[in-house]
Amino acid sequence: MDGRYPLKGSRAVVIGASAGGLQALSAILPHLPEDYDPVLVCIHLPPHKNSVVAELFADKCRMSVVEADDKAPIEAGTIYFAPPDYHLLVEQDHSLSLSNEAPVYFSRPSIDVLFETAAEAYGEDLTGIVLSGANEDGAAGLRAVIDAGGRGLIQMPKGAYARLMPESAIAACPEARVLPLEQIAAELTGDAS
Amino acid sequence: MHNKIEDIEVRLLLEAIHLKYHYDFRGYAMASIKRRLIQARDRFGCRTISMLQDLVLHDESILMELMGYLTVQVSELFRDPAYFKAIRETVVPHLKTYPSLKVWIAGCSTGEEVYSFAILFREEGLEDRTIFYATDINQDSLRKAEAGVYGLDRMRLFTENHRLSGGKSSLSDYYTAAYGAATFDKSLRKRIVFSDHSLVTDAVFAETQLVSCRNVLIYFNKDLQNRAIGLFRDSLSNRGFLGLGAKETLRFSSHVDGFAEFARDERLYQKREEA
Repeated sequence: MDGRYPLKGSRAVVIGASAGGLQALSAILPHLPEDYDPVLVCIHLPPHKNSVVAELFADKCRMSVVEADDKAPIEAGTIYFAPPDYHLLVEQDHSLSLSNEAPVYFSRPSIDVLFETAAEAYGEDLTGIVLSGANEDGAAGLRAVIDAGGRGLIQMPKGAYARLMPESAIAACPEARVLPLEQIAAELTGDAS
Repeated sequence: MHNKIEDIEVRLLLEAIHLKYHYDFRGYAMASIKRRLIQARDRFGCRTISMLQDLVLHDESILMELMGYLTVQVSELFRDPAYFKAIRETVVPHLKTYPSLKVWIAGCSTGEEVYSFAILFREEGLEDRTIFYATDINQDSLRKAEAGVYGLDRMRLFTENHRLSGGKSSLSDYYTAAYGAATFDKSLRKRIVFSDHSLVTDAVFAETQLVSCRNVLIYFNKDLQNRAIGLFRDSLSNRGFLGLGAKETLRFSSHVDGFAEFARDERLYQKREEA
């Protein structure tokens, strides 16, 4: 809290997904190189389930994959999943916080909460991606990412398992790039090289 | 730039609350408390957080309502059943070697966790030798904790959690249901001391053998977490146990060397012996 934020020289990617999200993530995360920028993922899953999603992706990805622990410093080469039943937030010093506060759009974790706090911490050094889903979570969050100078990518609704989430994000963020799923990974890695 | 002004306003508001009412939220994790204060701003019909500061400084009743935003009350009986199962199976055998026990439930909120412990200790034959300290800063929560009344609609979840925790009795033995509410048996409270205590500003008050503090530290920044964990460390007897929330860890704490991992997945730690 010393006013030096956003910290310069580090970038991050935030991804929000809901219905159809596991499949969509499978088309992106395994393609990222092991030293890629940190990726923070919020996917809606039923609460009171022990999450196996991090383990599921750990086997497929070159980056390390973990379920986020409170106060973990955000590090390159790592994919952080929001734990089920907690909001995942980004602090100004680029560490992670968790919270049990009320669900947003009936969702905990909430994509908007992750995106809005990440936007404040990373500013223009952030890429926000909204994938398949059947609710409106993520639209306000992606708006915040773009307003802070970051880049917005949205999965093309045509071909998405559930279109409402990408369509809501497009309505809120007309300047975001809308890409077919298979081009999102290329867009990310092309940018990284 | 708008966001930076809000950061300034949040810090000024927390400073004002501290100066006027001596509640110290200045070391709370910023991202979350800022979100909750923006919700409070809208709830109180204020255009800015500065206006909310004006309200709360001049009207104590606002503070009482604001406490519901500054602190987060979410709990269940036997929340994360694997945690209670691990305590039952691996910590209780150690506790049974003590003639008397003190257990501190820090940040007890509306009491679900302390009733879980009281029931577990009764089932394991430890209740009569134990004093439970249930502490929180939110007076309203403490009153609810002491009343031990929960919505009947929550009992299905609580019953399932209790069963998964290895419960040796029926949860319905411990409450009476009437008018949509479940009232927990007052005999469960005879070993519980409810008390106003702040992990931010107060000191250690007893030597304990087990501290359970779950989903409280997530609302603190690192410095404040270190202070709170320092209190637990000072309070615990040698080889005493500390239990944290499912996604909380000592890994990023300055006290990491003061504890050994006891049950890694359940976030149970054991205090190392001091020289």
